[in-house]
Amino acid sequence: MVPIRYQTLAGKSAGYWLLFIALAAVTAIGYAAAHYMEVNGHYVTGMTNQIVWGTPHVFAVFLIVAASGILNVASISSAFGKPEYKPLARLSGLLSIALLVGGLIVLVLDLGRPERLVVAMTYYNFKSIFAWNIFLYVGFLLVVAVYLWMMFEPRMNKYSKPAGIVAFIWRFVLTTGTGSIFGFLVARQAYDAAIMAPMFIVMSLSFGTAIFLVVLVATFQWTSRPLGDDILRRLKNLLAIFVAAVLYLTVAFHLTNLYATEHHGVERFLLLDGGVYTAVFWLIQVVLGGLVPLLILFSPTVSRSRAAIVLAASLVIVGGLAQVYVIIIGGQAYPLVLFPGMEETSTFFDGVVHAYVPSLPELLLGVGGIALSLLIAVIAMRVLPFLPEQLPDSAPHGEDAPTAAAASTAR
Amino acid sequence: MRRRLAAVGLAFIMGAGWSISTPADIPLPAPPKAKGDRCVEPTDLMRRNHMEFLLHQRDETVHRGIRTKKHSLVECLTCHTQTDAAGHYIPINAPGQFCQDCHAYSGVKMDCFECHATKPRNSASVHSKSAAMSGTSPAHLSNLARVVGNRP
Amino acid sequence: MKSATPNTRPDGERRKFLERAGAAAMLLSLAPGVRLVELVLARAEDQPVSAQMRWGLLVDATKCSEGCTDCVDACNDEHGLTGLGRPETDAQYIRKVGLRDKTTGKTHSLPVLCQHCETAPCVDVCPTGASFRRADGIVLVDKHICIGCRYCMMACPFKARSFIHEDLTDQVPESPRGKGTVEGCNFCVHRVDRDREPACVEACTEARHGALVFGDMGNANSALSQKLRELTNRQIRSDLGLNTGVRYHGI
Ligand code: HEC
Ligand code: HEC
Ligand code: HEC
Repeated sequence: MVPIRYQTLAGKSAGYWLLFIALAAVTAIGYAAAHYMEVNGHYVTGMTNQIVWGTPHVFAVFLIVAASGILNVASISSAFGKPEYKPLARLSGLLSIALLVGGLIVLVLDLGRPERLVVAMTYYNFKSIFAWNIFLYVGFLLVVAVYLWMMFEPRMNKYSKPAGIVAFIWRFVLTTGTGSIFGFLVARQAYDAAIMAPMFIVMSLSFGTAIFLVVLVATFQWTSRPLGDDILRRLKNLLAIFVAAVLYLTVAFHLTNLYATEHHGVERFLLLDGGVYTAVFWLIQVVLGGLVPLLILFSPTVSRSRAAIVLAASLVIVGGLAQVYVIIIGGQAYPLVLFPGMEETSTFFDGVVHAYVPSLPELLLGVGGIALSLLIAVIAMRVLPFLPEQLPDSAPHGEDAPTAAAASTAR
Repeated sequence: MRRRLAAVGLAFIMGAGWSISTPADIPLPAPPKAKGDRCVEPTDLMRRNHMEFLLHQRDETVHRGIRTKKHSLVECLTCHTQTDAAGHYIPINAPGQFCQDCHAYSGVKMDCFECHATKPRNSASVHSKSAAMSGTSPAHLSNLARVVGNRP
Repeated sequence: MKSATPNTRPDGERRKFLERAGAAAMLLSLAPGVRLVELVLARAEDQPVSAQMRWGLLVDATKCSEGCTDCVDACNDEHGLTGLGRPETDAQYIRKVGLRDKTTGKTHSLPVLCQHCETAPCVDVCPTGASFRRADGIVLVDKHICIGCRYCMMACPFKARSFIHEDLTDQVPESPRGKGTVEGCNFCVHRVDRDREPACVEACTEARHGALVFGDMGNANSALSQKLRELTNRQIRSDLGLNTGVRYHGI
């Protein structure tokens, strides 16, 4: 068996620096947007006392959910012992950390008092899922870091399987926790559902795999590393299954809700007459982010094209953002029902659909989070050998190269 | 070695003394005089420990409903705010005012006055409710009975 | 690491409380004329609030007229809630809600405010413990440890909370408020702790509407408890089983 050799990015080309500068600039703009929001207060955003979580939360939740799913590639290789994925396990771990950090930073910068982060770290209410999540997120970063170290360090290689299993379990708990942030909100018609947690797990697999595919093809292309069709075929099949599963759970979610008369109002709102939310749900989430990618990925002819696979994965990403948007913003836009059977009016927007338009600073902050994630990945790939030198179809499925030569170039 | 240390120490002390002796360079804080003749604790205890008193009082009041006046932040305003020539209160955290003067000098940043009032409730400028606030109105006395419900 | 749960009281304090309760019991048996209420009334300002009490409010919707905003005005006045002309981000602690029965067409008008739940969702979800329930049943935000995550606003079934969206100046000394934290009705703790009723209740009574009755639900003899026994009343979203401290009659 040919050992896998990993190599850092040379990071000397104009392309690398262009990418680096672009990502750094977008990250900086995102930070500036957050600063602007903090100095002026949240009234400069689209958020109100009715829509309390806005676009930054959409990006943050998307990134956090995807971070857990993107580790799936590594999990398949170590926890499930599929050697084909082994060469990509390091990249999978790296992206997982990068996306989580990006998402968390957006979340923190959107707090009313980000400077009190230390309070969040020292005062805990253990009944709060948010408080658990702080532990789950920080713990996840540590677990994945240890896992990566075991993959990098030849002497530790033998422990990478147990580490992978721990990371795998952690990841499920983490996404369950993230889903439960919404699932436990009994007050809101749109959220109060136990299916929220499993749905978030499947969403994480789908978004994570899609992002992984895009990053994989792009990095191999830009660094002129050979990439075989074999691994791509496996990943795109996985993606297709996850996309189908998300669609299935979405249907199940809405059908269950439709069964309970109590939820008819909010279902009608999301599925039929919610204006922008209905449009985003059907057109972007279901059609563009679900059905079209499925058609592409399942078509034996079209899916042979690399461009088509990347397109499908990109659509899944867009659809994923749309899905989180509908869940978070759409769920809040529908008014709370305080008095069933009554029409409500007040000076505080009772009984009316709440208006929300994402503001520029919010969007910039969200996009800045994505840029930060990618920036972390781009820097890390240059410093440490995360990428295999090549991944041809006859991919080497053996142990990592123990030779001195490989060590000098790769480690 | 020891001699060199001593020299450094001496230089340091002299330097410090020099900077203290030139107020034009770094003006020492001189918080405005307070009303009343004594603070709520001995003055030098206050100087060193006012933050502990305040933070302790904060938790006692907010979580346990303890409303003693002694270390209450609202009460500091009554003695430590100044009025301008026209008789209006000056915010207690304005430059040169009591809660700002030393803090600016020692580089202390605190967010208390983002929320907490910086002037006492001014009887002239505030609402008609102020009579009730002072707790002397008959309405207030009748409230007492109703709140705790000692009716037969 | 500190746990910010206010209910976990040090043992010494529990002992003190038991002693006091014992003393109260003795008083009761020694002098039948002396009732616990008087002892509660006598809570000195240096004594902590007691879990034997539970502050509550009864809204008699039959006495609450449409268009009347006396309670709301009094609240705004008391807490200095001057709007900045941006209704969507301006804070409200109490609001008048108009209701119209979709089948019968009957209308009601009533104030909605923090319901001071016994098992408050806002308290459960708050990551730092800034949202908490005081021993005497008042649900509060400790704005000193609120990080402004707004999860409590997501969790509250009554839309009772507001987020402060911008810098404020000239706050009322008794009601500190500032950008980036969440707030809501606090039953005017600063008044209740000094044996005064919340501003909304006082205003409603002074205007002789009598639609709001405030008092101690934990004491069977309080005016509130008597009224609650006398008038049929319900909780908003009683399906959630939150055991709210605010009850409604006439809807
Ligand atoms: C985000 C707003 C906010 C900030 C910032 C804030 N407070 Fe408070 N503070 C409050 C609120 C609200 C109360 C409750 C008032 C009440 O119940 O009477 C309070 C009460 C208090 C009390 C008890 C009431 C009194 O007047 O004695 C103290 C003491 C206090 N705060 C001290 C501080 C100190 C010291 C700081 C700065 C380190 C600070 N606070 C910063 C909002 C704030
Ligand atoms: C009854 C009026 C009164 C009240 C109330 C009061 N003070 Fe004072 N305070 C004084 C006086 C008088 C002095 C002494 C000033 C002097 O010696 O020049 C003083 C001194 C101080 C000093 C030391 C100043 C220095 O020059 O070193 C501090 C700090 C201080 N007070 C803080 C507070 C704080 C904090 C509060 C609220 C908890 C408070 N005071 C409440 C009257 C008051
Ligand atoms: C005599 C000078 C002096 C005066 C007057 C003064 N302070 Fe201070 N204060 C200090 C110093 C010095 C510190 C920093 C102590 C430290 O860091 O250990 C401090 C710290 C504090 C802190 C803690 C800040 C933090 O977050 O660590 C608070 C709260 C505070 N002061 C409140 C007040 C208030 C309110 C007043 C006005 C009533 C006041 N101080 C007046 C000197 C002063």
